[in-house]
Amino acid sequence: MSPTSMEKARLVWRKTVNVIMLSLTGLAALGVVSILFMILGYLIYNGGHSLNWNFFTKLPTPVGETGGGMANAIVGSLKLLLLAAVFGLPVGLLTGVYLAEFGGKTFSFVVRYTNDLLNGVPSIVIGIFAYSLVVLPVKHFSALAGGVALAMMVIPVTVRSTEEFLKAVPNNMREAAMALGASRWKTIATVILPAASGGILTGMLLALARVAGETAPLLFTAFSNRYWSQGWLQPIASLPVMIYTYAIAPYDDWHRQAWAAGLVLLTLVLLSNLGARFILARTKSV
Amino acid sequence: MIKRILLGVSLLLALGVIALAQGTVLLNGAGATFPGPIYTKWFDVYHQAHPNVQINYQAIGSGGGIRQLLAGTVDFGASDGPMSDEQLAQAKFKVLHFPTVLGAVVPSYNVPGVTGELNFTQYALAGIYLGTITKWNDPVIAKANPGVNLPANDIVVVHRSDGSGTSYIWTDFLSKVSTDWASKVGKNTAVNWPVGLGGKGNEGVTGLVKQTPNSIGYIELVYAAQNGITFGKVQNAAGQYVKADLASVTAAASGASKDIPDDFRVSITNAPGAQSYPIASFTWLLIPAQIQDAAKRDAIKGFLKWMLTDGQGYNEGLTYAKLPKAVIDKELKAISLIQ
Amino acid sequence: MSATATTFGHEAPHEAGPRAFVKRFRRGDEVAHLITLVFAASILLITSLLVWELWRESHLSRAKFGWMFFLTRVWDPVFDNYGAAPFIYGTLVTSAVALLIAVPLGLASAIFLSELAPRKISDIISFLIDLLAAVPSVIYGLLGIFVVVPLMRNQIGPALKATLGFLPIFSGPNYGVGFLTAGIVLAIMVVPYIISVSREVLLTVPGDQRDAALALGATRWEATWKAVVPWARTGIMGSVFLALARALGETMAVTMVIGNAPNIVASLFSPGDTIASTIASQFTEATGDLYLSALIELGLVLFLMTFILNGLARLLIVATERGRGKQS
Repeated sequence: MSPTSMEKARLVWRKTVNVIMLSLTGLAALGVVSILFMILGYLIYNGGHSLNWNFFTKLPTPVGETGGGMANAIVGSLKLLLLAAVFGLPVGLLTGVYLAEFGGKTFSFVVRYTNDLLNGVPSIVIGIFAYSLVVLPVKHFSALAGGVALAMMVIPVTVRSTEEFLKAVPNNMREAAMALGASRWKTIATVILPAASGGILTGMLLALARVAGETAPLLFTAFSNRYWSQGWLQPIASLPVMIYTYAIAPYDDWHRQAWAAGLVLLTLVLLSNLGARFILARTKSV
Repeated sequence: MIKRILLGVSLLLALGVIALAQGTVLLNGAGATFPGPIYTKWFDVYHQAHPNVQINYQAIGSGGGIRQLLAGTVDFGASDGPMSDEQLAQAKFKVLHFPTVLGAVVPSYNVPGVTGELNFTQYALAGIYLGTITKWNDPVIAKANPGVNLPANDIVVVHRSDGSGTSYIWTDFLSKVSTDWASKVGKNTAVNWPVGLGGKGNEGVTGLVKQTPNSIGYIELVYAAQNGITFGKVQNAAGQYVKADLASVTAAASGASKDIPDDFRVSITNAPGAQSYPIASFTWLLIPAQIQDAAKRDAIKGFLKWMLTDGQGYNEGLTYAKLPKAVIDKELKAISLIQ
Repeated sequence: MSATATTFGHEAPHEAGPRAFVKRFRRGDEVAHLITLVFAASILLITSLLVWELWRESHLSRAKFGWMFFLTRVWDPVFDNYGAAPFIYGTLVTSAVALLIAVPLGLASAIFLSELAPRKISDIISFLIDLLAAVPSVIYGLLGIFVVVPLMRNQIGPALKATLGFLPIFSGPNYGVGFLTAGIVLAIMVVPYIISVSREVLLTVPGDQRDAALALGATRWEATWKAVVPWARTGIMGSVFLALARALGETMAVTMVIGNAPNIVASLFSPGDTIASTIASQFTEATGDLYLSALIELGLVLFLMTFILNGLARLLIVATERGRGKQS
């Protein structure tokens, strides 16, 4: 039976739609990627020449004086991220393990729902909460308080990704281990976690990358510091807060430093993302 | 592997805990953003001269400064507006106000075809921000600017979106010159603006004004001067159109300093005097009257003394006006109140 | 190696009796269960503490305004009269605009990356797009001011007005800042979540779905849209709710481009405000007790909104899963 002209026309229409829609998807992906390049380009253009040796080694100077840098903010951000990791990652990891391996039906549902709620709390509210929890009782700002606030933002993402990647481990691995006589927790610790480790690590690094750029939770907890911060109980500078402070100041020199700080922050996140992907790829190929 | 991670983490934590006290006095202060640049300059210069004193100031806003001071999380506060009687009553301890510099708020605008300075009467500014004066060629504005070709376009009003001392000064002025404003809107760091768009911070307002034709917005003098922004003259209580600059701002303070109360809480907007700029204000450091820690107390007293003498020399370089001599003398005496 | 090995009686978690308990305990299973349970419970503890803190600090405002807080359109720190209505509206509008832009854009990109692009290129592009999620929101705010606002005022706004100006949502003066601009900036911020998760989910769809459609004579697009995408429906919806959560709570970027006026109007060009943006702008400066309490109550309102939206999300997913179950 030869196709009627209407069938032929309809085929042409379907083929046209096909081409159009597929091109649109390609354009969409291209559009999103080009936005990223535009952002990077903007940062490099505006902040690139403020990136010199001073930037990475000196303390901030008052306006009008050149030669200042953000050394204390870079170190401060790293210290805060360390605290966020120490407080937040274990909680996220073990909760994810519970939800994937041990959890009962209703309790797990409640934990998951609450976790999603915590994920959606605006960062400023977390900051206010950490302020009332850690700053007010002792009456001073501290790196510790900042770390606690950031940890609370790291936890929900870590819980979610840990659970997902643990669940993705095929069941026959579990059964095989237990067939060999391993107890539940040993199975988890020596078989399942290592198998999911690449993905779990990726999730953790992505969680840390996101809080690395958060400003609002730090404003009332870590405060900021124009000097080096000693120990963990003093106010501490951080890149996002410096960006925020400098960007809204009247001085061009500070504006340029703000862009430069943004570039440094983004580069740090880029590198940690690369690191995460590299680790994931390596463990997968094993 | 896990053992190694745990070792590494505990090492880092141990390193972090080593706090080097060694005679360094660290003071934390928080508050107004307006004097932020001059304060950081002062604290830096003072630190160079007294290496064992570190004064860490963060400009989180006047209200924030007051709250943190009352909560006891900082050693001193800073505010563009004096603490109210209720706030002082709420405080568990006595708070002293020390004026540090003078600042001013200016009206900047973007009117197509207008390149020079416009004159604004007090009534005009109040009307524009109340929304009763809606066009640039309104007779009120035109009368004050003879010969200027004002377009018949709608005025786009810009104000601050965030709470700020700058807004406090601006609304304080409008409350004094317009009973309508005082009854309908009032003065505060954030108010219920009858009309207009909000911009975040001075740069937000400036950005909006620059980009939006037919707009008007208020910004700090320092900001306008540093960024070469055209702003208008404002009519003062004596009827003169005065452009804000260091001289006219100090004149406003001098005019008001005769009546300055002992606690230095005074508003100098709409000050008397032919040369006075009407939208000017002190900004204050808020110091507790009783400081237990002797090292901190001496550091603060030392700094205040320096600030009132040598410190004032740095003001004009950063476009802040100096305090008049009468006020400085009075403050030097008040330092002894800190115990 | 066969996966059907039977367990040898070691796995008997429900053996009764103290002896069995001690045996399990010694093998550490109970300990592990307990430890992970405690940590899971800590999430509940943290969140409850957060809500309790918000509840407690907002009592002045709740006592004074009661339920009217949700309906009052005024926000007046001078006369101490506060209402959340404009901010609830602004939050919903900006999030809706953000999703309306981000979901088609994100889904289209995800389809391209999972179905059409060669795997290597797809991985690289996906990695790059993930980086968008890591850009600090302050930077998004600055770029919003310097790039999106002028674009809106000079190009996008006039273009929309010329073509669709008769619609109420595109009426009114266009300043460059406003609901639409904030929505666009938010869309860019949340699109990576949609792309990332949707792509992962689409990649797990079994190939025979597509192949079967193609074998029946479908074009590439038809096979994708009608056979593959529906299979991944719940995962895609999950990504949308992830994006929504981020949009609802975003603070810095929004506050710099929304124009900050407590308006409830139909026009998307109008300036407005959101809950998160208001809290961020005014919290540091607020000194009055009632003022502060009202700001914290706003935080509580946002938490409630998130709670409800999450609930709706879950219901939706359960409903569609049940629907699909009926089909198969």
